[in-house]
Amino acid sequence: MTSADGLFEIALIIALIALAAGQILSMARLVIGPTVADRILALDTMVINALGLIVVLGIYQGVKVYFEVALLVAMLGFVSTVALARFILRGDIIE
Amino acid sequence: MTLSTIATLGAALSLLIGSGFVLVGVVGLLKFDDPMTRLHAPTKVGTMGIGMLLLASLLASLAKGEPSIHELLIMAFLFVTAPVSANFIAKVTIHRRTCETPPAPQKDSTWSTLDTPDT
Repeated sequence: MTSADGLFEIALIIALIALAAGQILSMARLVIGPTVADRILALDTMVINALGLIVVLGIYQGVKVYFEVALLVAMLGFVSTVALARFILRGDIIE
Repeated sequence: MTLSTIATLGAALSLLIGSGFVLVGVVGLLKFDDPMTRLHAPTKVGTMGIGMLLLASLLASLAKGEPSIHELLIMAFLFVTAPVSANFIAKVTIHRRTCETPPAPQKDSTWSTLDTPDT
């Protein structure tokens, strides 16, 4: 029992570190990304990484309200990605 | 081996697999050298990586004895929206001509996203 719990704690720490490293690496792509599509893609990846951070933090602290937050972040991330791409494609968001 | 122990071990395994997929996807985003190729890697972060993390959350809540299925909602939403946003980003790449222009379609004269009469 205790060994499984210890393994779970270690896996939580590893997941948090991996997500934070992913956030930093995709921020590097956001800064150097030569094209506009790369920057939109890096922002989308950062939103998804933040979603993963929220989910892992919710497991870590055992708080249920984090899942509503994660759902909201997922919706906002999708809408903002589509809005950015739409602005590049059409020069306007709502025609 | 009780059910709680198995669920905890499964959650730990899912967390490790998910963080592995996140790292692979983000390293791919940083290291590939073509905009269309770079589009390929981070979609794994969205589906496999976050899917595994949400599965871990599902199993952890099962291990604590209070099962919840909220995570399935987020998973379904991500699985539906990830291809749509990837398609939009690919269209931006074609539109800005930052990749090789794909071969002309068979029926129309050009791709609709390149068909801009004003400019």
